[in-house]
Parts: sequence; structure tokens; C-alpha cells
Amino acid sequence: MDLTKDAHSHHISQQFNEELEMVRNHLLEMGGLVERQVGDAIKALIEADSELASKVKANDERINQMELDIDEECQRIIARRQPAASDLRLIIAASKAVNDLERIGDESAKIARLAIQLCEHGESPRGYVEIRHIGDRVRRMTQEALTAFARLDVDTALQVAHEDKDVDMEYESAMRELVTFMMEDPRSIKRVMNVIWSLRALERIGDHARNIAEDVIYLVKGKDVRHISLAEMQRHVEDDS
Amino acid sequence: MQSQTEELVMTAETNTQPKGHSIDMAAMGRESKKLSLENEPLALTVNDLRLSYGEKEALHGVNMRIPKKRVTAFIGPSGCGKSTLLRCFNRMNDLVDGCNITGEILLDNQNIYEKGVDVAELRRRVGMVFQKPNPFPKSIYENVAYGLRIQGVKKKRVIDEAVEWALRSAALWDEVKDRLHESALGMSGGQQQRLVIARTIAVKPEVLLLDEPASALDPISTLKIEELIHELKNDFTIVIVTHNMQQAARVSDYTAFMYMGDLIEFGDTDQLFTNPQEKQTEDYITGRYG
Repeated sequence: MDLTKDAHSHHISQQFNEELEMVRNHLLEMGGLVERQVGDAIKALIEADSELASKVKANDERINQMELDIDEECQRIIARRQPAASDLRLIIAASKAVNDLERIGDESAKIARLAIQLCEHGESPRGYVEIRHIGDRVRRMTQEALTAFARLDVDTALQVAHEDKDVDMEYESAMRELVTFMMEDPRSIKRVMNVIWSLRALERIGDHARNIAEDVIYLVKGKDVRHISLAEMQRHVEDDS
Repeated sequence: MQSQTEELVMTAETNTQPKGHSIDMAAMGRESKKLSLENEPLALTVNDLRLSYGEKEALHGVNMRIPKKRVTAFIGPSGCGKSTLLRCFNRMNDLVDGCNITGEILLDNQNIYEKGVDVAELRRRVGMVFQKPNPFPKSIYENVAYGLRIQGVKKKRVIDEAVEWALRSAALWDEVKDRLHESALGMSGGQQQRLVIARTIAVKPEVLLLDEPASALDPISTLKIEELIHELKNDFTIVIVTHNMQQAARVSDYTAFMYMGDLIEFGDTDQLFTNPQEKQTEDYITGRYG
């Protein structure tokens, strides 16, 4: 049985409706902030904007606090309401998604720190094309994963999982190129390493976006699609039982 | 459940209380492997059972298979037919005027509604416990011995042993062993209910029917009954009707959701409470209006 978008607003207890709605809203609010952090971190890196990078670092505190708040809301609902079925899945999915969002926030802060270091070392155009490209992609994936959560849209969630696979491949190829570059010019190793760390952080953001997408599929379909192939995941999504 | 919940909330809010440890041992011992109805030996099979009280049909052709030595819970709103169905399993509905039943219920491949079935013997094999504890106004000992005496057992030693076994199985022995010959009416509600369960199992039935066995009890007595249910399923097939959905989720292996005289969904309790297949089930267990 598939879940519909307004499914969480039909409880006999109006208060329960409001509590669930609150968790959902807070999650999406946190998601919006995290998504902006990803965009800002990439921008700070590419444009060597250390002021923007500092702002990203400072914002991470807020994200951490949001994680704690939402987790507490989830705990309270479990203790007081003993949610079942789709309500239970919403709470579990939200609690996990919050964790991934917080990690995306951490990766963004990491990129911001690297941006500050790269500013200090001076310009290093090598690898920036890949950062711009992969960065754009994972930012969009984060956005899509959150949209999927908001609309309970499994097709969009599935698309995020597919994109994660592409990102992994692009990351591998960028890595090969940068390693070759360092062999040719050992003096650049320190700078290029910072670029590599940034790419690594972006690739991890893609993984977290995929985790959120998997949570959405669990929430809507009631099926655990972690650690299975994309083809199997697709079958679960298309399965109407 | 209530006290556990309060404890959790207190821990979450004030963080000064030590962590409450759960009394629910049953949940800990529960097998983690997935259950599958296909592989279970069956205790009861219901085939196209229709029941009407006068003009009004209360069960519209129910089909169900109840596995042996498992706990099966019936849930559903008031008037959905769950108690009616439970009462069919030992022909309690025979006593209701104007009650008409078609279809069959097989207990070990024999239709219990066939002509010539000894209803008294059926009720020995399929025992029942009701919402309100109903001990006889006799001593604790005599309450448990009652069924055996009816069966004509005379030897004191045999009866003594059976009484002790039943009281131990009902987790009551230690509380009452020093006052076996005092009146059962002096016991607390929770003890009385466990005594009634002891009385029912003393005659070694195959199936134990529980109709809201804990709804008149306090939370601690309720947990004791639930723990008892978990113990008893090693020896008996248990079918329980409950309005308390968390209780159904805690104690049962399989759950049946009934609505307006139909069986809507029957399945593994874990599955039914996390991912029900029918919208009506989902609406009911999550407290939505359909």
C-alpha cells in the first residue's frame, strides 16, 4: 500500500497530526539550510571567498542544534504515541535523514575549511572544473532527495540513487587525473591534496543524499532498500504490493 | 505500558532519572527470524464461517488459519466481530438465542460444528478466559482442581500435582502457595485473572482463548499477564482478542484485523504493525479516520 502526501494529517488526534507535521517541517527546514551550505561551500572554494567560507563554518553549529532538536522530537513521539505503520516509518526515516543531513553539513564545513586553506596558498585552477561539476551535481541531488521526502516521491528518490552512481564514477576519473598531475608536478602536491579532500567531501555528500533517498523509499513503500543493487531497488519501487 | 511510557518521558525531559529498564521480557526473547504462515502446523482452520444473530449477519464468510503454539491476536473496532469469532472456537455462541452459524471450523481436521461433537469435551480442549476475572467462590486450590474433579479425577496426589503445575505455569504459585485454602475472592484482580488462567490450563487444553484478558487490570498486572502469555505459548495455541493495539503488537506472533464482520488482513505481527498491506488496517492501527 503506497503512502499519499496528506497521509499524516488524518489522525483522530489532531495533536498527533501537528506533532508529525512539525517533525516533517523541521526536517525540511534543516534540509533547506544544509542545501544552501553545500552551495555556499562550493562557491567559496571556487571563488576563493574566505569570508563566505567562514560563514559556512559558523552555520554548522546551527545545523548540529537542529539535529538534536529533531531527534528529541522523534524520541518524544515514540515514547508518548507509540506510532505504528507509516507513522512509525515516518519517524524512523526522519531520524535517519536528519543524521545524513547533519553529515552533509559537516562535509560542507570541511570544504569551507579547505577553501580557507586554498585561499592562503593562492590560486590553484587544477581540479576546479571537476569540483564545480561534481559539486553542482551533489547539491542538486541533496535538493532532489529533500523534494522526494517532502512529496513522498519514490521516482525522484530512485533518480537520486542513479545519480549517486554517476557521481562515484566521475569522482574516480577526477582522482586519476589529479594523481597523474601530482606525479608530473610534485611541487603542487600540497595544493592538489586540498582539492582531492574537497572532491572526497563532495562524493560523500552524494552518498548521504542517496541515503536520504533510500529513507524516502522505505517510508513510502515500507521496503528496506539499503545495500542492494540499483536494479533491485528499481524493482521494489515499481512493485505495487 | 503506561508506567513505562511515563518513565521514558521523564527520562527524556528531566534526564535526572536513571534509565528505566523494561519489564517486557517477552519482547527480548522473541525470535528474530521471520515467521511464515505457510510452514506452520495449524491448530484451527476457519472455512467460510457465517454467523448471524437473528436477521443481522455478524460474520460474512471468514476464512482463517490459526497456527499451533503461536499467539494470534484479533484486533478491530467494537462490533467488528472479533469476539464473536473467538466465541465460535468453543461454541459459546450456541448459547445465544437466534444465533445461526454456517461454514466450518476444523480443530485437528475435525469440524467442531458437526453433529455428535461433545461440546463439553470441546470446551475442555478449547479453554476460554474472559475480560472480568470470574473465580468461583471457593478456595484457590478448589478453583484450580474444579475441572479435574468434574472429569472424575479422585486421587488427591494427582490433583495436588496438577494444581501446583497449573499455578506454577500461571506464575502464581509463589504468591499463593501458603494460602491455597483461602478464598479466591480475597486475591487482587490481577491474581484472580491468573488464577482463572491456571484453572483453564489445569485440564490441559490445546487452545486457550483470551477475550480482553487484561483490560480490567492495572499496567503491572497487565505486563504479568503478557509475560504469562509468552510462557504459555510453548504449550498451548493462544488466541487473544484485545482493544489495546500495543498489547497485540507486544504479545502476538500473528495478528488478524477485522472490520464490520470481515477479516481484512491476517499476517505476521511485525509486518502488520510496520507495513500493513490494506489501507483499512493502516488507518485503524495508526488511529486515523478512514
